[in-house]
Amino acid sequence: MSVSDVARQPDNGSRHLSLAGHVGFDSLPDQLVNKSIFQGFCFNILCIGETGIGKSTLMDTLFNTNFENFESSHFEPQVKLRAQTYDLQESNVRLRLTVVNTVGFGDQMNKEDSYQPVVDYIDKQFESYLQEELKIKRSLHNYHDSRVHACLYFISPSGHSLKSLDLVTMKKLDSKVNIIPVIAKADTISKSELHKFKIKIMSELVSNGVQIYQFPLDDETVAKVNTTMNGHLPFAVVGSTEEVSIGNKMVKARQYPWGVVQVENENHCDFVKLREMLICVNMEDLREQTHTRHYELYRRCKLEEMGFKDTGPECKPVSLQQTYEAKRQEFLVELQKREDEMRQMFVQRVKEKEAELKDAERELQSRFEQLKRLHADEKASLEEKKKLLEEDQSVFSKRRAAAQLLQAQSLTANGKKDKDRKNSGFM
Amino acid sequence: MDAIMLQEKLVERLLCPRVRTARQKEKQYVGFATLPKQVHRKSVKKGFDFTLMVAGESGMGKSTLINSLFLTDLYKDRKLLNAEERINQTVEIIKHTVDIEEKGVKLKLTIVDTPGFGDAVNNNECWKPITDYIDQQFEQYFRDESGLNRKNIQDNRVHCCLYFIPPFGHGLRPVDVEFMKALHEKVNIIPLIAKADCLTPNEIKKLKDRIQEEIDKFGIKVYQFPECDSDEDEEFKQLDKELKECTPFAVIGSNTVVEARGQRVRGRLYPWGIVEVENQSHCDFVKLRNMLIRSHMHDLKDVTCDVHYENYRAQCIQEMTSKLAQDNRMDSPVPILPLSTPDVETEKLIRMKDEELKRMQEMLNKMQQQMHKDQ
Repeated sequence: MSVSDVARQPDNGSRHLSLAGHVGFDSLPDQLVNKSIFQGFCFNILCIGETGIGKSTLMDTLFNTNFENFESSHFEPQVKLRAQTYDLQESNVRLRLTVVNTVGFGDQMNKEDSYQPVVDYIDKQFESYLQEELKIKRSLHNYHDSRVHACLYFISPSGHSLKSLDLVTMKKLDSKVNIIPVIAKADTISKSELHKFKIKIMSELVSNGVQIYQFPLDDETVAKVNTTMNGHLPFAVVGSTEEVSIGNKMVKARQYPWGVVQVENENHCDFVKLREMLICVNMEDLREQTHTRHYELYRRCKLEEMGFKDTGPECKPVSLQQTYEAKRQEFLVELQKREDEMRQMFVQRVKEKEAELKDAERELQSRFEQLKRLHADEKASLEEKKKLLEEDQSVFSKRRAAAQLLQAQSLTANGKKDKDRKNSGFM
Repeated sequence: MDAIMLQEKLVERLLCPRVRTARQKEKQYVGFATLPKQVHRKSVKKGFDFTLMVAGESGMGKSTLINSLFLTDLYKDRKLLNAEERINQTVEIIKHTVDIEEKGVKLKLTIVDTPGFGDAVNNNECWKPITDYIDQQFEQYFRDESGLNRKNIQDNRVHCCLYFIPPFGHGLRPVDVEFMKALHEKVNIIPLIAKADCLTPNEIKKLKDRIQEEIDKFGIKVYQFPECDSDEDEEFKQLDKELKECTPFAVIGSNTVVEARGQRVRGRLYPWGIVEVENQSHCDFVKLRNMLIRSHMHDLKDVTCDVHYENYRAQCIQEMTSKLAQDNRMDSPVPILPLSTPDVETEKLIRMKDEELKRMQEMLNKMQQQMHKDQ
């Protein structure tokens, strides 16, 4: 929040006094200026446009340097963004400039997702600023602000109207960044065609609800200039880093067989207007708008997503800390619940397992018993068989003994019989 | 009558060294040297036709260029779409036909416009309507040519396609490459660099070299000027060489007439100067006009007839016979023509007669064999 915002807040209950002499607090703006110069400024520009439309050349021409960009090919499979940071100095003012260029924009066959990498980049910058803001130990005054302050959208000079891709992309970006549309390579459109083209573009933007950046009208010192410039939007620009001698001066221009297009000639193109508006007059306003409008919108959406609200359920104002505490409690309660649930589940599982094991044990036991019984039965039957066998054996041995005896008896009987016969034979 | 007498004398002088002996007897001449004049006379009576297709993104100056080329206003009441209407636009094909006449020679000029090409957000296969249209014209001509009554065949085949490459990039873009590759075997493509008044001469040269390189790299077959005969005079050969080195042409078109250097010319008025469309040092418009209309128009028609159409026809017949072979699995002695549906009955008749013929032939063979045996 800058000093000017504090001053504009309504003062209820303070009297307006007049001074009797010179106090000296009219040097406050100067103090502020000195401090800012000491700190240095930072500015981030995003350039969106088709390959070869003149983005790098225009940046070189605007800032009067050579940013050493190389040509990209038309055959990139996806849109990419390339960011480069430079430190510039003019008189005693230091500027840290970041130029972000799109690579391969408008080259693909299917351009439905071409806007996505750009939106993602812008959101990422907002996100990192938000994170820094929410830190406990933060250093915002040292923070290198990488949020995109201005977006130059390069329109191809077809002479008829916007391209469908331009419309779709600008609609996605108008709530995230200050869009300044420019007509690139404007030395291909004649004056009458240009007038019609500008009107057509503005009417298409309005009828589709695209909000481009309007130069601010609330500051009387620049209101008049800004109003005129607002009527010249979009600016038709020509960029060139080559110099041609006109009269006895060297000017930035493009040399054609039929004439010389001077970049800084207001009759030829709107380059000077763009430089005036973008850099000389409204650079600080662009930064402010980015911070107060676009960043705040992002922050609000992000925090609402996370569940934070400005007013509690009874419509009482709730501060961030309270909401945070409430969320934390909620989270802890939830955590506890989860833990309990898990524990319960664990206990239950253990019980189940135990039951299972018990069942198994019982089964094994019964099996064991069964086997044992079987074993005993077998053994008993075997014993019986053994007994029978022994009996048989004993019977057999008895019989054998008896048989032997008989045989022995019969032998002796036979012998006796023979004797008898012999003896009887005599008789 | 006088002209004929003059011609006779010319013929005499031409034939002089060769028929010295004949000359001794009697002055004889044949007179076929008047053939070119006869061709000229007949063609003037018949009149010419030419179909030109223009393709490219909207806002490239296609209509302006056509108006400048043919010095007419073909696009009187044109409705241009807004950006939001073009987000999902498909390509349309619009034909404008005009009859123009110059020194007794009549030309029926058809311009085929392709509004919507490259305008949608998703341009996958946006050239499909265009290739379908070209194939349709070929098919129509094929049917007419194979028909029974060929007296009044209308030739609607596309003879040439002017493709407008935007000058704002570094070379060809994927959509340009895909389009040209889809069409280079169906039509004569002439690539042009549109709105060349945003490029300085150095930039034009660089872009031309780049595009030429990319055309070779991607194997795109653009229209090649025919080689000139070795016995043409030096001036013609020089012009031809210049023409070939200048491709692709960097053109500028204009619908308005401005005052420049004391003359009224077609041009564009800028605060820093006046671009003259017909000034050779400003752009290649004159070269394009000469090439397209004054010297190579007939060659474009010939290449369309002899190369592109013949390719289409051969491919078509091949597909048909392979399909038929799959259907019938027999060789039909009668070549199958692409007859349109009202002639399905005749086709049936032909097939019946075919089978009868076969049967009779078989019987004949049998009888012959029998006779052979008896003998």
